[in-house]
Amino acid sequence: MEMETETQSQFQIDLGNLMAFDPLHNFPSPPSSREELVNECLKKGTELVQAISDTLFNLPSTEDVDGPLVKLPPPATRLPREKPLPKPKPPTKWELFAKARGIKNRKKDKIVYDEQTGTWKRRYGYDHANDEDKVPIIDAKITDEPGEDPFAKRRADKKKKIEKQEKNRSQNLKEAAKVGALPSHVQLAATALPITGSQAVPKKFSKEELGNVAGMAATSTASGGKFDKKLPGEKPAKHKGKYRKFLPVVEGKGMVSQEREQTEKVLNKLFSKNSHEMLNVNKAVNMYNVKKEKKWKNKEGKSSPSSSKLKPNKTLKKKSLNKGSSKKGKAK
Amino acid sequence: MLKMKTPKTGKARRELDKRAPKLVETGKKTLILHGTKTSGVLNNVLTQIYQLKKESAVRFSRKNEDVRPFESGGEASLEFFSLKTDCSMFVFGSHSKKRPDNLVIGRTYDHHIYDLVEVGVENFKPLESFSYDKKLAPKAGSKPFIAFIGEGFDSVEELKHLKEVLLDLLRGEVVENLNLAGVDRAYICTAVSPNRVFFTHCALRLKRSGTIVPRMELVEVGPSMDFVVRRHRLPNERLRKEAMKTAKDKAKKKEKNVSKDVIEGKIGKVYIPDQKVGEMALPNKAKGVKRERREAKLRHGEGNKHASKRQKEDSQ
Repeated sequence: MEMETETQSQFQIDLGNLMAFDPLHNFPSPPSSREELVNECLKKGTELVQAISDTLFNLPSTEDVDGPLVKLPPPATRLPREKPLPKPKPPTKWELFAKARGIKNRKKDKIVYDEQTGTWKRRYGYDHANDEDKVPIIDAKITDEPGEDPFAKRRADKKKKIEKQEKNRSQNLKEAAKVGALPSHVQLAATALPITGSQAVPKKFSKEELGNVAGMAATSTASGGKFDKKLPGEKPAKHKGKYRKFLPVVEGKGMVSQEREQTEKVLNKLFSKNSHEMLNVNKAVNMYNVKKEKKWKNKEGKSSPSSSKLKPNKTLKKKSLNKGSSKKGKAK
Repeated sequence: MLKMKTPKTGKARRELDKRAPKLVETGKKTLILHGTKTSGVLNNVLTQIYQLKKESAVRFSRKNEDVRPFESGGEASLEFFSLKTDCSMFVFGSHSKKRPDNLVIGRTYDHHIYDLVEVGVENFKPLESFSYDKKLAPKAGSKPFIAFIGEGFDSVEELKHLKEVLLDLLRGEVVENLNLAGVDRAYICTAVSPNRVFFTHCALRLKRSGTIVPRMELVEVGPSMDFVVRRHRLPNERLRKEAMKTAKDKAKKKEKNVSKDVIEGKIGKVYIPDQKVGEMALPNKAKGVKRERREAKLRHGEGNKHASKRQKEDSQ
């Protein structure tokens, strides 16, 4: 008995799967023949199976007609799921409202007393109690509009009610579909296969998106779709990106050469940016010196160049003044 | 307005409910199929695996052209089959010069490939070649014992993976209650070398031992074969994490009409409905009783408009 318990502790036993694993066993020498191998395996296997059944048969059992029933523990070896965990259903609008108001469900009887026939009938469904549609005579009221069929109105009202309920239902289902918690038997129209696992609701393409894709497909030939047959109603593919634009080289009427201006601008920018590199110090010093010398020379040679410059201006002024005065005088 | 499709029959509805994701999963279905070329051995292997797992397996008997589980793009149709048949395990057989008698065992999660193990089959011995007492033959669908032998299953990466996949493939349905009288089969897997696993299927013979625990005896019933591990692909970490999620422990159902007392212990209230003696059916239908009923019907028949058709005929 002691030996048995010792060997048992060596094995890893997962009772939930009825699995036993001997991680220590090693073939001391590779078995020479197939038969030997099989026998060895069976011997070892028997040991393992015996180890499982030792624990299994010692579990508390209940007698059944077919034999002793044993409650197995959950499997210890963790294996992957086959489908994702189901998501909890979001509450419907009514459920939210009822919660906010503290409304609780209460049970109603299935059978209700029908006052028309004086019998008990089911509350809903075929031949149900207090069916408005079955009332053969509707009393006229003062509020009734003349020319309106009260029976037709009743029917229309009922239809409207049903439509409203259907709308609410689909709205709630839509909300559930967003979370991915649609009931398994409901299939939204867009999904072709039954929903098993987590089938996402396929995205609907807008008209514009489809058009774009179609355009792309149409222009993906070698000729850019130039020689393809156009389908009825197909629009020419949209051009994406900018066209290159060239400014006129020749001066037009009433405008300066824009092209020239633009290139000059660019050039100026480039020069100003790199001007510090382009400055030849020697040349600049020379130039400065030359200018200075010239200035000196001018000062020495000519008495006052500024006064001479002013002269013609004076004469101009005088002329204009004289002209104006003469005109005035003539007019007087 | 949103267009919805719902099953038109109750059967279809139940079928869809069966396929819906469940909080606690009890077992996986296996899809068994083969590629464009198979060998005689492989055909045999596939049919016998199917026989072993008959109650939870789907067998495709035609060749499938574009199933190449290890290649990208070659899994699309496999995933589609998995969705169609609602199988989350597959055993795919193919035969080529490079990989003769090739068996790809894989699992899917959410109908997408989860992991793959490729093994070659060697030294195959079919069911028919074993001779044993037919009384011992295991019943279909019985819960098997599974034994893994050898340190290879612990130390070698490929074998570790193969062990997990084999366990998933062979373990059958996860059950809570097990009938001890129904235990009649065992699978033995032995790691012979770092890339070879000897697999066999045995019947159990329970012998008296004097204690509660019977003495087990294994009788090989086949099939038996060697798996030579070739390629394998582990699931990526993110997917594995998601697939390993389990439902948190089920919320306990509220126990009604049971209270606990310090002194008396557990107290249960039992409600017995009112004994309707007047409505009780009498053991013998005496004529007098019948006449009474007939008269009662006649009396009520005139006023009762809601009576069913047959009753109306009777009253006329």
